Amino acid sequence: MKSEQGFSLAKDAWMRLRSNRMALLSLFILGFILLFSFLGPELCQFQYDEQDLESQFLPPDKNHWFGTDNLGRDLFARTSYGGRISLAVGMLATLVSLVIGVTYGMISGYAGGKVDAFMMRFVDILYSLPFTIFVILLMVLFGRNFYLLFLAIGAVEWLTMARITRAQTLHLKGAEFIEAARALGFKNARILFHHILPNLLGPIIVYATLTVPAVMLLEAVLSFLGLGVQAPMASWGSLIKEGAEKMDVAPWLLIFPGFFFCLCLFCLNFIGDGLRDALDPKSSKD
Amino acid sequence: MKSFFISRLLQAIPTLLIIATLTFFMTRFAPGGPFDSEKAIPEEIKVKLESHFGLNLPLFDQYLLYMKNLLAGDLGPSFKYVGWDVSELIGVAFPVSLGLGVSALFIALLVGLPAGMVAALRKNTLWDYLPMGLAMVGICLPTFVLGPILIMIFSTKLNLLPALGWYSWSDLILPSLTLGLFYAAYIARLTRAGMLETLKQDYVRTARAKGASPNRVVIKHALRGGLLPVVTFLGPAFAGLVSGSFIIESIFFIPGLGKFFVTAAFNRDYTMVLGTVLFYATLIIILNLLVDFLQAWLDPKAREQR
Repeated sequence: MKSEQGFSLAKDAWMRLRSNRMALLSLFILGFILLFSFLGPELCQFQYDEQDLESQFLPPDKNHWFGTDNLGRDLFARTSYGGRISLAVGMLATLVSLVIGVTYGMISGYAGGKVDAFMMRFVDILYSLPFTIFVILLMVLFGRNFYLLFLAIGAVEWLTMARITRAQTLHLKGAEFIEAARALGFKNARILFHHILPNLLGPIIVYATLTVPAVMLLEAVLSFLGLGVQAPMASWGSLIKEGAEKMDVAPWLLIFPGFFFCLCLFCLNFIGDGLRDALDPKSSKD
Repeated sequence: MKSFFISRLLQAIPTLLIIATLTFFMTRFAPGGPFDSEKAIPEEIKVKLESHFGLNLPLFDQYLLYMKNLLAGDLGPSFKYVGWDVSELIGVAFPVSLGLGVSALFIALLVGLPAGMVAALRKNTLWDYLPMGLAMVGICLPTFVLGPILIMIFSTKLNLLPALGWYSWSDLILPSLTLGLFYAAYIARLTRAGMLETLKQDYVRTARAKGASPNRVVIKHALRGGLLPVVTFLGPAFAGLVSGSFIIESIFFIPGLGKFFVTAAFNRDYTMVLGTVLFYATLIIILNLLVDFLQAWLDPKAREQR
């Protein structure tokens, strides 16, 4: 029963998404970017951290498809490796924010009354804070810990998720099938996770797709300020930082990572918009 | 209405206290201290410095002392900029960031509002697709990519504008463009969506039926409702402009508060970090309140609900 439901949601969404040409194109390009990021290092004869001081600042050519940087490292290898890190951070941090936000929002909406008012007031207060400042502070103070990065970003991005989930839960709470579940004597936790959660999947998926680019942007900002991943590791953000510093000598160092990063954000935003139209027509923007 | 704003103002006080407490302990529990520089200073001087700034007291006493001074409006002396008070440093650095933020917001509104309005009024024509396509590009082009590209084009290649520094008016152009274009793009999208929504409303139809000129319908009737989503967005936009200016300041070497803040955090300049965070939090809370005012003024329905 449950798997059939999931299938029908996915199928329904796919049918509608297919008619949105921009979203479909974005999906295609994103697939290409994913392939590039995860298979690119295998295609390339160089390692991302392999230095060759004989070939510094080479422009793109037959050997080094995207050129090389100041230490003679191959930019193709670094860009595809950086993509891996950026995408991984984007997805994992989104997952963190998803878990926090959905749980928080469901509990708040389902509990209702004073608990709900208090929990949402808390979210409102957090909303009004300069959160990026806190993330920067956290990263500066506690070092460039990779796991802290996920946690910090996830902890910032969950707020909107909580609001959306709460509104939907509030709406679903009064539905007859929930009343039926309650009449059957199910525990609250079971009602929340077995009855309400599956019905929230649409908006959750939509918002998660839109959170991934936001998270990637935040990671890139941190890397750009020198607080994200550290060399010789690379993310698109840290590559863009290096590129921006050396663009007078070697513009390709900025152009390639910048291009992939922007293209990826572009695709994710379009897919998110398309999914919103497909899964959640009510909240569609126009 | 009045009581709503008073309660919001009162809520700001515990919020700020929580932020102060959180930041205080976060900075203190972080490894390192303000006087652990690479150049080793003699132990006795370090001890003297620490006792001078009260760092030798038990942590909780330090906290109480800081809070007491804070309630009296004293942010304390900076640990790193000898002889400067934190409030003096903020007073010097903030006007720079403010200038940048205001001109960026100005550009965002100047570009975003007309673009969104035109797109809504000429829906599904070239005048809609072109600005909205550009807006999508603008949203996906992060400031730290756009900034260097603008420098590369306008300073390095064309030699029209200065790339770095903060000396004359022309230094303001590239940074505020970089910071403002993202918000311009966002505002254009919101304006378009808001206008499309209001143009469908009954009162706009009534205005048309009464024979109001098309310009009057748009400016007097539709725009007011259409601006609501934009105004709501201004709240988060202020917060974003603040943190966005950190990056802009580091790209263009601008001596604003953002640069001070990051340096202070690296240096473990406790009072400076705390002062900056509290300053920004207060600023954002006040700006959000202003946004609420604006919203109530634009939307009579929201006014009644409160």
